[in-house]
Amino acid sequence: MAKAETLETIYALITPLNKKGVKLAPEVTFAGDLELDSLTVMDLVADIEDEFDIILPLNLLPDLETIEHVADAVEKIVSEGN
Amino acid sequence: MDLLDKFDATVALRESLPFEKADPFKVVMDKIISETEAIIAGRHTILAGTNNYMGMTFNESSLAAAKQAIDDFGTGTTGSRVLNGTYGSHKALEQTIADFYGMDHCMVFSTGYQANLGMISALGGKDDFIIIDADSHASIYDGCKMSDATIVRFKHNDVENMERRLKRLPEDAGKLIVIEGIYSMLGDAAPVKELLEVAKKYGCMTLVDEAHSMGFSGENGRGVAEELGVEHLVDFYVGTFSKSVGTVGGFAVSNHPKFDVLRFVSRPYIFTASLPPSVVASATASIEAIKRSGNRRAHLWENARQLHTGLKTAGFKMCTEKAESPIIAVHLPDPMMGTKFWEQLLLEGVYVNMAAPPATPAGMFLMRVSVCAQHTSEQIDEIIKRFKTTAEKVGLELTA
Repeated sequence: MAKAETLETIYALITPLNKKGVKLAPEVTFAGDLELDSLTVMDLVADIEDEFDIILPLNLLPDLETIEHVADAVEKIVSEGN
Repeated sequence: MDLLDKFDATVALRESLPFEKADPFKVVMDKIISETEAIIAGRHTILAGTNNYMGMTFNESSLAAAKQAIDDFGTGTTGSRVLNGTYGSHKALEQTIADFYGMDHCMVFSTGYQANLGMISALGGKDDFIIIDADSHASIYDGCKMSDATIVRFKHNDVENMERRLKRLPEDAGKLIVIEGIYSMLGDAAPVKELLEVAKKYGCMTLVDEAHSMGFSGENGRGVAEELGVEHLVDFYVGTFSKSVGTVGGFAVSNHPKFDVLRFVSRPYIFTASLPPSVVASATASIEAIKRSGNRRAHLWENARQLHTGLKTAGFKMCTEKAESPIIAVHLPDPMMGTKFWEQLLLEGVYVNMAAPPATPAGMFLMRVSVCAQHTSEQIDEIIKRFKTTAEKVGLELTA
């Protein structure tokens, strides 16, 4: 389970893209709930990478469906980097 | 469970487009009159979307060589390059391309798509990283998918964005940067010099795809890296015969001393039949012709600039500030207008490509025109005129 701090940082990056005003929560999905198209997702991924100073490999993306998936992946990559 | 159900959204999208008289994905060329003209649905049509940049499809020496090769060697090799599919002409073609690029080694693949697939999938091993531009061609993405490497993507043509990512990668890992000289949809050139310099600073090997720049960019027509004087920073070039060379097939060239091992490990090279002798013969003749084609090259660039200036002056929204390649793309506001415009333009007798997502970046709808060295300036004027007529008929507002 991802830390609240990580989730909050990701929420902040999603907020400007959340055109439908969906209430952000760990189980919210990018494609289904937020209806982000693949190009918006691409920009979001780049923002998350720069915010946490990590690489989110393209290979990983198909498995990251919810905000929590992303938060968990980010924490795993950050801890591996240290 | 019907396995085709997952494509329902694609079907729905296609059905929502208001095609009445023609469908951009089902065009049939009934007769090819020349490099620049065809009969489509009974209409005499100017071809302005065929990637036939150097107009080599009816080059006399290429036609003669292909006919002779059929008589001498038959219609096909019926085998892989590593079994019975390598003829003397395949080796001679590889030598011709190596000489053209001034490099030591060349491998010829059966298509340009397979050249990228074969190179990228073989080079990217389990512990390696492949770093690609977000607007990369499908063959690059698919090559990455087929490799065992970790894939890192940077923002289109953004040197700083790429460097930020390179900084985060392990210093001693194997790293391959893949870029294109010209990007095929918008026709924009990459800042190849800056990208390659940064790539080398971080110890990357580099692959440059010159599919849409070979033939007319650089003094010898090798592509954008030659034009910018940074060929020494290129470890691998990938290219195709299906554009400037006027037939089908792909290649990779390199100075790497171990390059030839790729013939034994690159699956898209091994597990497919080699190019038929006639294709090999015409490719060889066309590349020889391209070497001597200074005038054609100059005329191609004149055509590109004439078309870009003409459409821009008329008030079309251009995708690049100036002509950066023979690909001149016009931005249209939405799918409805894109569809209507493409259809009307075809009825006016001009064939261009309608480019739509996912082939285009940022969900854009484009009329993608590619000019040919064999277009006359009168034909270019005619294309501009018919673009204007079409805009008027479909109610596209121009901002002149």
